[in-house]
Amino acid sequence: MTDQPEGGGSAVPRVVLVDDHRMFRTGVQAELGDSVEVVGEAADVDQAVTVIAATRPDVVLLDVHLPGGNGAEVIRRVVAAGVDTRFLALSVSDAAEDVIGVIRAGARGYVTKSITGPELADAIRRVADGDAVFSSRLAGFVLDAFSGSSDVPVVDEELDLLTQREREVLRLIARGYAYKEVGKELFISVKTVETHVSAVLRKLQLSNRHELARWASDRRLV
Amino acid sequence: MRPALVRATDGRLVAGVARGLADHLGVDAWVVRLGFVLLALSSGAGLLAYAAFWALVPLAGEPSDAPDRPGAPAAAEADERATRLGPLLALGAIAAGVVLVLQNVGVLGGRGLAIPLVVVGVGVAVLWRVADDAQRSRLRATAAATSGLTAWLRVGAGVGLVVLGAGALLATRGGVRAALDGVVAGLVVVVGVTLVLGPWLAANARDLAAERRERIRSQERAELAAHVHDSVLQTLTLIQRSADDPREVGRLARAEERALRQWLYRPVGADAASFRSALEALAAEVEDTHRAPLDVVVVGDRAVDERLGALLQASREAMVNAAKYASEGGPVSVYAELEPTEAAVFVRDRGPGFDPDAVPGDRLGVRQSIQGRMQRAGGRAEIRSLLGEGTEVRLTMPLEAT
Repeated sequence: MTDQPEGGGSAVPRVVLVDDHRMFRTGVQAELGDSVEVVGEAADVDQAVTVIAATRPDVVLLDVHLPGGNGAEVIRRVVAAGVDTRFLALSVSDAAEDVIGVIRAGARGYVTKSITGPELADAIRRVADGDAVFSSRLAGFVLDAFSGSSDVPVVDEELDLLTQREREVLRLIARGYAYKEVGKELFISVKTVETHVSAVLRKLQLSNRHELARWASDRRLV
Repeated sequence: MRPALVRATDGRLVAGVARGLADHLGVDAWVVRLGFVLLALSSGAGLLAYAAFWALVPLAGEPSDAPDRPGAPAAAEADERATRLGPLLALGAIAAGVVLVLQNVGVLGGRGLAIPLVVVGVGVAVLWRVADDAQRSRLRATAAATSGLTAWLRVGAGVGLVVLGAGALLATRGGVRAALDGVVAGLVVVVGVTLVLGPWLAANARDLAAERRERIRSQERAELAAHVHDSVLQTLTLIQRSADDPREVGRLARAEERALRQWLYRPVGADAASFRSALEALAAEVEDTHRAPLDVVVVGDRAVDERLGALLQASREAMVNAAKYASEGGPVSVYAELEPTEAAVFVRDRGPGFDPDAVPGDRLGVRQSIQGRMQRAGGRAEIRSLLGEGTEVRLTMPLEAT
């Protein structure tokens, strides 16, 4: 973000693709077309860290499973190296453990590989703008993980509970509504929807509600 | 057919020689045991024969009662532990008997020599038995029958007995002083041999372990290959054959993806009677029949009762309907939420939608059947549709708090 104009929703985001399948990278690049500028590609953890540090992209499109570690490992090492970039996780896995793991490591969104080209371009733009991207599945995971009745005493009220509004937004996303439709349904602007989703993302990343990790590992199946 | 001559791993007293022989010859084990004891009484020939059988006859490869592997060995193990005192008593009795007899016959030149020899014999027996147990637990692929510590304690006891016996043997010749020297010399030899052979033995053990790991790995690989062949490769072939039919290709790919996911992330203790699995199974069925992709997200779970059963049926109809009308607008979203006092299912398609005030006849039927079903079970169904934006069916069912 250093040499990019801030808040550049109109500028084409600079993207690094990290995935160990070359065919998949080629396919994504073809589907995205001119909507992004692909400045680098990497096939494993070490390569990814090097390429990201060298190119400093706006968004890293990151596969959850990589040879030599996983997506979360890439995020941790890039953050430790002090590189300022944003991550969008991309996976076929859909296992709660993987999804929650990569989000907790710092990814700003999670989409499945079956996503269409325009949807992916939209998600990348959103992440580049600092917003969060939730798939319906991720929204379901969050609702499940933060589901009300907990016998464990809540330590940090603000971080450990979702507000009623956030819950409503997530529920609509889980029902397959796009941000625009969520806004229309709740009579709020798209920007407000984004704010709610970002707040949920923050809670998901920072809450030390310790069921979260256990919940994810207990729940092996999607 | 007569069973092969092997040493028994079940129902044995000392090393399974007598039981194995008995099985082989088709007689009762106690007959053979008596024979060994009688032979032992005539100048120790029985003992020598027993030791020879022990050393030369292999341990039975598989437990005889193998059909249910996890249960049976464990039971046998417990059995074995319960009768651990048996073998010891038997050993002791035989030893005592032999000592008396040998002494009376005078073969060994008096009391002094016999006892040490028996002590050495018992030590050797203990050591052999440890080796047997190790091999046995390996053959059965169970967790070691005896823990590492116990095994080492037993090895220590065996070696101690052998050294002690040897020392005592020396003591009969040249007094206590010489005996001590002898014991020390013996220990030195043992330590020396351990130092010389230790690394080699350890390396051997490591090689063995590596080999076993490799074998397990290759078995897993074979299983994986078999699975991939039966599922993925078959599906890929089908996909190539139906390359002209995009919907069929999509259906095949999604069905295979689902199966593969199920196989990879096999749920731990997933309950087939749970609402989540039932809804996912229904969605899979609809996906297959109507060739439209469905995304299912479920929050919470509970066992299916009468009301949830009705909700599932209504959901199925809603999904079938959505799958029929979902055109190119993307997958049908199915979201279910189970709260303590209410269950809700939302089925949303991105099809053309319709004007609720001008409902086509066929849709009216579906609508009434979904609503009727829900109302009869005490729930509600609401259908929202906008021309050009698709349709959403909302089903809610009040539940009794668990």
